[in-house]
Amino acid sequence: MNYSLTILILLIPFATFLFNGLIGMKLKPVVSGLIGTIGLGVITLLAYLTAWQYFFVDGMVDGSFPKVIAMSMEWLRLSDALTIQMGIMLDPISVMMLVVITTVSFMVHIYSLGYMKGEKGFERFFSFLSLFSFSMLGLVVATNIFQMYIFWELVGVSSFLLIGFYYSKDSAVAASKKAFIVTRFADLGFLIGILLLSYFTQTFDFKILTGTDQSIFAQTAGVSFLGMSVMTWAALLIFMGGAGKSAMFPLHIWLPDAMEGPTPVSALIHAATMVVAGVFLVARMFPVFYFQAPDALTVISYVGGFTSLFAAVIACTQYDIKRVLAFSTLSQIGYMMLALGVSGYGGHEGVGYMASMFHLFNHAMFKALLFLGAGSIVHAVHSNVMQDMGGLRKYLPITHITFLIACLTIAGVPFLSGFFSKDEILVAAYEHNKLLFAVEFLVAGLTAFYMFRLYFNIFWGKEKHYHHTPHESPKTMTIPLMILALGSVFAGYIPFSKLVTSDSMPFESHMDFGIAIPSVLIGLTGILIAWILYKKESTIPERISKSLGGFYQAVYHKFYIDEVYMFITKKIIFNYIARPVAWFDRHIVDGTMNGIGWITVTSSRKIKGLQSGNLPQYGMVFVLSAIILVLIFSFLI
Amino acid sequence: MLQGIPITHVLIVSSFMFFAGVCGFIIRRNMITILMSIELILNAVNINLVVFNKYLFPDQLQGHFFALFVVGIAAAEASVAIALIINIYRRLNSISVDKVNEMKY
Repeated sequence: MNYSLTILILLIPFATFLFNGLIGMKLKPVVSGLIGTIGLGVITLLAYLTAWQYFFVDGMVDGSFPKVIAMSMEWLRLSDALTIQMGIMLDPISVMMLVVITTVSFMVHIYSLGYMKGEKGFERFFSFLSLFSFSMLGLVVATNIFQMYIFWELVGVSSFLLIGFYYSKDSAVAASKKAFIVTRFADLGFLIGILLLSYFTQTFDFKILTGTDQSIFAQTAGVSFLGMSVMTWAALLIFMGGAGKSAMFPLHIWLPDAMEGPTPVSALIHAATMVVAGVFLVARMFPVFYFQAPDALTVISYVGGFTSLFAAVIACTQYDIKRVLAFSTLSQIGYMMLALGVSGYGGHEGVGYMASMFHLFNHAMFKALLFLGAGSIVHAVHSNVMQDMGGLRKYLPITHITFLIACLTIAGVPFLSGFFSKDEILVAAYEHNKLLFAVEFLVAGLTAFYMFRLYFNIFWGKEKHYHHTPHESPKTMTIPLMILALGSVFAGYIPFSKLVTSDSMPFESHMDFGIAIPSVLIGLTGILIAWILYKKESTIPERISKSLGGFYQAVYHKFYIDEVYMFITKKIIFNYIARPVAWFDRHIVDGTMNGIGWITVTSSRKIKGLQSGNLPQYGMVFVLSAIILVLIFSFLI
Repeated sequence: MLQGIPITHVLIVSSFMFFAGVCGFIIRRNMITILMSIELILNAVNINLVVFNKYLFPDQLQGHFFALFVVGIAAAEASVAIALIINIYRRLNSISVDKVNEMKY
């Protein structure tokens, strides 16, 4: 029972961040890249050891996996009753996240050595990657909600820095600002939620909040606001933070734009790790949601379901390959949220929770693989747009195979990892909410369709005219692809229901063929339709989109959500709130200050002549004033 | 008692001295003369102190002693003033107050 080495998992990336950030510029780029990569390799190993020890050496205590506080220290003492701790807590989901984050991050580091070669700011890129890894790892091992919030914001900052990595490109700068502002806005809700929750429970600590003792919530009884109990408010506000980071509708607008960042960043942050922070947050607080705010869970399930459908529909119409993947990410995270929303607590009831974590794990593997594959393709043809691609399977054999594996996985083809977790999610949805099940069933088909639309457009179809013959990427890029492809294939065989469950107790999960077979069939149908439409260049897709007319246009423009936001912010908030406030600031606040200054300056200019430096004149004034005073007083008294 | 001299005569003398001093302070340009005018003012006050003490409280001595103190302070003031004047003369080669007008806005 000794996890003292886990502290290194946080310290090493922080050290490499400082090192590369401070003196990386003086080194050769490849050296700073290697330092970051080796650091990550070491902590990946440590994370695997920790997971091994946690799950298999120490194992269960009294039939469930305990929450182990590996380290904890007092960070801020506000009063005797209120202290904020910093520490490391290990429980099934945090250990699982450690493995996911370090694995994907390590792969992305190796990949970036090749992908970012020769870029300006190579060492800056690696120091930001280290910062991100540090903050994300700190987030998942947080012992209390306040520590989580701190790292949550750090993650937001590193995402901002990495999206805006090409800071000379206007669109990248705009995208980074958009991502930061949207997620920051959501975090406002998160903070209020934290304060509400801790005000009533008197604690930040996850171990207490999610423990079996429900008496800490006694104070919330009967407290309500606008017809909802205070716990529902707190839970919904916390979920708002999660929705911002996980890009749930309607806070999803930043994620597609975030694809302006370098592709490895999209793979690491905007596909595999950061965007699932919201899912992780809900999972972490799951007992609170389930016992104290079941209404909030219902909201979560509907938000997740809606987002997954909405994003899947949009993904079918986009042409930028990274944007297709971004919308696919949205859709898959919607799945995870939905699974949490419909989950119960304990045993087979909690299958949704287990499925959500399972899907998170698998999704991290195959989505990182898809993004890295996309990066490899972009590297080869120097374009993001599908129309510039076609027939690439001959030129990029390794990318082709790994990309195909990832597409098959996400489409839910049997015996690959996505199949298992998607099936569990569908089972959970079927048992709790038939409507959401129907939505997810449809989304499963759509997912298969748009992924294979992407696949056929890139690797099959007519060959385009390339400026130079596309070539396979270097080994540093293809090896991570192969490793992640192996992960995508075999991750599904991890017995998640034995390891990661809602109440940390293992249960038997079994394949439900009544659901698995139809879901596989609809997936295959999606693939088949994509095959017919896109394998060979044809005019059918165009005709279909024409016949759909207005609807197609609406979908193509992402349902005009961006425009709605622009309308609300530019036309309404700017005109009716910001402008009056700015006017007030400029004319009343500044005016008062300027007025005071103006009065002082003018009046002193007028009277400064009195100080002439002429001594007899002073004497004169003095004597005359004295005489006048004497006269006044003698007459008055 | 100063035999046969009424208090008003003495006060007329001291008033005359006082206003002569004030006039000199305002009108004259030479710093030494201004200093002398100030001495004149102080001595006018001294006369008043002594005279009022003599005529109003003949059995007390505060007025006399106050006059002595004023003499002492005046001596100190004169020495400081002359030192200042010498320094001004060294810098400006003049002791006219018209030249010492740099301390202004």
